[in-house]
Amino acid sequence: MSAHILLTLPILFPALGVALCALFWSNKPVQRIVSLVASVGLLGSALALTAAVYDGTVLATSFGNWDAPFGIVFVADMFAAAMVLITGIMAVAIGIYGLNGDIEPRENAFYHLLYQGLLLGVTGAFLTGDIFNLYVWFEIMLISSFGLLALGGTRAQLDAGIKYVTLNLIATTFFLITVAFLYGITGTLNMADLARVLPTLENQGLVTTLAVMFLMAFGSKAAVFPLFYWLPAAYHTASAPIVAIFAALLTKVGVYAIIRTFTLLFDGDAGYTGPIVAGIAIFTMVTGVLGAAAHFDIRRILSFHIISQIGYMLFGIAVATPLAVGGSILYVIHHIIVKANLFLIAGVIERAGGSFDLKKLGGLYASLPMLGVLFLIPALSLAGLPPLSGFWSKFTVIKASLDANHIALAVSGLLVGLLTLYSMLKIWNEAFWKAAPASSAEPLRAWQADRKTRLLMLTPIVALAAITLTIGLFAEPFVDFSMRAGAQLLDKTSYIDAVFGPSQNITEVNP
Amino acid sequence: MNSIILQTTSRLILPAALVFSVYVLLRGHNEPGGGFIGGLIAAAGIAVHAIPRGRTALFAMLRVWPKTLIGAGILLAIISGMPSLLLSEPFLTHQWPFASLPIGTTLVFDVGVYLVVIGSVLTFLSYYLER
Amino acid sequence: MEPVFAIAFGVMVAVAAYLLMSRNVLRIVLGLLVLGNAANLSIFTAGRLESRVPPLVPAGEAALAGGANPLPQALILTAIVISFALVAFTVVLFESAHRRLGTLDADAMREAEPLPQATTKKSRKVEESA
Repeated sequence: MSAHILLTLPILFPALGVALCALFWSNKPVQRIVSLVASVGLLGSALALTAAVYDGTVLATSFGNWDAPFGIVFVADMFAAAMVLITGIMAVAIGIYGLNGDIEPRENAFYHLLYQGLLLGVTGAFLTGDIFNLYVWFEIMLISSFGLLALGGTRAQLDAGIKYVTLNLIATTFFLITVAFLYGITGTLNMADLARVLPTLENQGLVTTLAVMFLMAFGSKAAVFPLFYWLPAAYHTASAPIVAIFAALLTKVGVYAIIRTFTLLFDGDAGYTGPIVAGIAIFTMVTGVLGAAAHFDIRRILSFHIISQIGYMLFGIAVATPLAVGGSILYVIHHIIVKANLFLIAGVIERAGGSFDLKKLGGLYASLPMLGVLFLIPALSLAGLPPLSGFWSKFTVIKASLDANHIALAVSGLLVGLLTLYSMLKIWNEAFWKAAPASSAEPLRAWQADRKTRLLMLTPIVALAAITLTIGLFAEPFVDFSMRAGAQLLDKTSYIDAVFGPSQNITEVNP
Repeated sequence: MNSIILQTTSRLILPAALVFSVYVLLRGHNEPGGGFIGGLIAAAGIAVHAIPRGRTALFAMLRVWPKTLIGAGILLAIISGMPSLLLSEPFLTHQWPFASLPIGTTLVFDVGVYLVVIGSVLTFLSYYLER
Repeated sequence: MEPVFAIAFGVMVAVAAYLLMSRNVLRIVLGLLVLGNAANLSIFTAGRLESRVPPLVPAGEAALAGGANPLPQALILTAIVISFALVAFTVVLFESAHRRLGTLDADAMREAEPLPQATTKKSRKVEESA
């Protein structure tokens, strides 16, 4: 397949999903099929894309056949393709889980349409090679997430929606203003072109200023300290499948944008931005995990852990060695699977135990021992225990920071891992080991009686847990892939050459 | 908002806005205009019609649901990009099948945008009129 | 002209910041609108203000000479379209929140995150009963 088709299909499937879900907006069965088929199509095209870039080639296409600095280009290197692939996996897994009836009364209205819209925005943001186009994909993703969050229309959701919408709109407008300033000093918005132009500018101080402005704009998307307020204010109000897809993808798009811009565009002054990012990473990890320790609602605990884990993903930019960037990529991939899975399990706990509140839960290990095992796999992986995926990703980022003498970063990373374990054990003790409260008998009976719902909810959880175990037990290919993707990010020529055509030295390593 | 002035003038504004919107849509081929502005003009005309009369009058006039318009519009826009993919050119490379006529896939794309804009404005409006 | 536009941009951002810090959610929407327009103005200024000739290529010529820079205009149009959709959504959301919550005061909206005192009282009661 040509690069044009390979790069178009991952956004074509969700776009078609949006169109068809809007056309058949009154027909729920058709929408369900359309949504699932589009998600499977996204996964399939992402697999093809990843296979095409696996050997280190970078693919590029320019929409409408307008030449590179003027038209909008889509570029896929190993990092982008891996992110699209993980989006595809999440789309299918949470798509199946979402049929369980959690969104039943409102499913007709907009759920499938917005779900596909969210996937469209996320995939576009991963693939685009134009920074203004990135803003457009951000907005598509955001307006879909606004809709999904407020879908239920409960009082808590509307209240959360106001904060989520306002803070995110301010962040994206700030992003837009930053893009305008960037355009003002460079005259281009194509990322490959920017990578060529930015180092040649006379006033490098301005470039560093812009780098910090982008860090703020993307940082509030990624929910880093001190810009994370919107996340714990909103996430816990949405129903389980919606918050799972949010947790899996939304903040990670911000992390992706930070890693992309700081390896491709703003690597010139790493001596100044590196310590800033390191400080942000430490504070993000610590505040997130402490926030989680204070709460007793599973969804709020897990929401704070999203923030805490974002800190680890910034190690790559803070340390800026190949090992650290590769470790960050591995961390993002591992984290998306684990975090989404924990939220899916939280949904099951709510179904079988009747509540998200740890104080009203208990005795689940006695009644559903398999669920306990399924919970422990992602929970211990999140804390970073061997032999799970979290161990290898934590190991690489902390080793990278120790190698580069970032002792504070490494120590806080290890301590936060311990505190993460504390939170996970709190959920385990309260929901699984504590004696079952009297109120939990009724939901448990309903859960055990409904075989179809159980199948819909547990299949994705088992599949994601299997992926976590696979990364943990057969880490070599995944670590190797991340390291090569990280090295590719740091070597900017392959990206620039893919967009503008191989310029001078055509020494493609293509065995 | 049950204003007699608005009700009476909207009878004049609606047809004029619809005709003008199609003119602007077609004009967009080579001059200022196009699907977005055309769609906004049409939507403004329909909104002026619907605001004094309410939600039911809006749907009675439209015959289709606004969401259907959005879906059809996005579908048209996607379809307009397909021929280029089949010819192994980048997505959305616009094709001009008739040598002498300025009719090509851009028009299909513009009509798609036109429908999406009308549909989304009216979707928001219908929520606003819901009370 | 650039200094005038830069000052106008600064004033608009200041107005937007003032409105956004208000407790009234209606003012927050207005603040978002002003901020969006400030962003558009910054794109416009960043694209240079040299020419007032429309960016149309004259018939028979291949390149644009002496015209205004068309790219900022395309960017602003895109940004306007997006902010139009977002503000429309925001207004509908705030309107329905006002209807459900019965207030326009952002400080009074504590449904999603109840005040800590309320939770501790509740948890104390739970502990006592347990």
